[in-house]
Amino acid sequence: MTAVKTEAKAVVPPVDDEELAAGRASRPRGKRRLGPGKPIPLAFLIGPLLLLGVWAWGSAAGWIDDRVLTAPWTVVTTAWERWESGKLGPDLLVSTQRFALGLLFGVLAGLVLALVSGLSRWGEAIVDGPVQIKRSIPNLALLPLLLLWFGIDERMKIITIALGVLIPIYIHTHNGLRSIDGRYAELAETLRLKPAAFIGRVVLPGALPGFLLGMRFAVTSAWLSLVVVEQVNATSGIGYMMLLAGTYGQTDVIIVGLVLYALLGLASDAIVRLIQRRALTWRRTLED
Amino acid sequence: MTETRTASRVDDTARAAGAVVLTDVVKRYGRGPGAVTALDGVSLSVEPGSFTCLLGASGCGKSTLLSLVAGLDDLSGGSIDHVDQPVAMMFQESALFPWLTVQGNVEIAMRVRGVGRAERRRRALELLETVRLTGFAHKRPHELSGGMRQRVALARALAQDASVLLMDEPFGALDAMTRDLLHDELERIWREQGLTVLFVTHNVREAVRLGDQVVLLSSRPGRVLNVYDVELDRPRRIDSAPVAALAAEITDALREEVSRHAN
Repeated sequence: MTAVKTEAKAVVPPVDDEELAAGRASRPRGKRRLGPGKPIPLAFLIGPLLLLGVWAWGSAAGWIDDRVLTAPWTVVTTAWERWESGKLGPDLLVSTQRFALGLLFGVLAGLVLALVSGLSRWGEAIVDGPVQIKRSIPNLALLPLLLLWFGIDERMKIITIALGVLIPIYIHTHNGLRSIDGRYAELAETLRLKPAAFIGRVVLPGALPGFLLGMRFAVTSAWLSLVVVEQVNATSGIGYMMLLAGTYGQTDVIIVGLVLYALLGLASDAIVRLIQRRALTWRRTLED
Repeated sequence: MTETRTASRVDDTARAAGAVVLTDVVKRYGRGPGAVTALDGVSLSVEPGSFTCLLGASGCGKSTLLSLVAGLDDLSGGSIDHVDQPVAMMFQESALFPWLTVQGNVEIAMRVRGVGRAERRRRALELLETVRLTGFAHKRPHELSGGMRQRVALARALAQDASVLLMDEPFGALDAMTRDLLHDELERIWREQGLTVLFVTHNVREAVRLGDQVVLLSSRPGRVLNVYDVELDRPRRIDSAPVAALAAEITDALREEVSRHAN
């Protein structure tokens, strides 16, 4: 905080003697500090709430046709009815389970690959190319093959999600790892750290900012992949519920599905950001 | 002058813990016609428990010399003998892991040697007291001032329990007041613990203030130009007349060396 303060003072243009005498020299009125300023409480909710406001206002004023986009309150009542009748709960549970398992395996695989590729030149030579190739192939294009290989059961769905998760985890962890200041490695060498201690005490904490950024992309990617696998070939889950609703022209149910995806995505991103803030207190950035 | 010193002292001192003996040390970077010779036949004898300052203009290879003693880099020729492996090292910057607390940064040096948790904690707190940082154990490096950070780095170097301490311009980024204070602290700790210190600096007065001997290195390639024995009483002050007088003498020699390269 101190460093930021000094910098802000340093850029204040020279002021005339009268202002100096008035004691306002250190910071003239209306002068903004550099950087984004103080954190706003619950800032991540403001944008989505604004969007919701426009949607509600449009529906209430009659600008938005109910058959095109169901009003927010209709969506809420539909969701409540489906929940009451026990139709929504199981779908939600199945979708969340797929998401969690896919995320878990994808993160583990991405992390291991990033470590192998980040810590050894040979590892990089072997691992990096295939990951970059996978990166340029959309999951949707892989789906027919995955269907042939793993069938239409849960295994195929979780593998598809994990494949989508693996990429951002790998890219950002690898990047974070390679951006660790070389002097820390030198320092670890003078301390005679053994490889395991070097990875545990230097590499992993040093790559943590990159990994957590990758996590943010990964949770979003997991929800996206989930939508794909649930709409292409499924007999349960939120995606299947929406697909069915599309067939019967139930706009409100489709919106319920979309809103659920949005809420789940937003919630999981918020959790990752919370972890980011807690875990990276040792950094001093514009974020704080 | 240097050659005779080295020749007469090698055999006696090489065995004693804390002694460092460099014989015809050569360091080259690259191969063929593009190769750069950073150090060319540096011989030096450092007695156990002594304080040696390595002084020279930038690019004279003084940091390279330290890396070689620390074993961070390979020799191109000659030999370096010190009984005590490993040696402790302290850098100017990025000397602390930002994700570890002050205590964690000190403890990591002991973790390697398999010191138990309770003993690590006890020793870390004791060392933090030695460098006068009691009560800062749970702070992160970014919450400390530059001088405090270097105190932590010193505590960690001490935690390595090596008898040889290598310091690469450790106070180069600090303001004069803080540096003066840390000179006093370093002198006190060095005497209390009987360390052998190899201290790299480009600040002549700092070298005279701290060193038992000041080794003046030439630039490109680095060779030992002269070794000054500083026989002034301790504790010294960086602004005292005898320190200033010897510093002036060494500065003249250094200036001559620098201007020789400019021409």
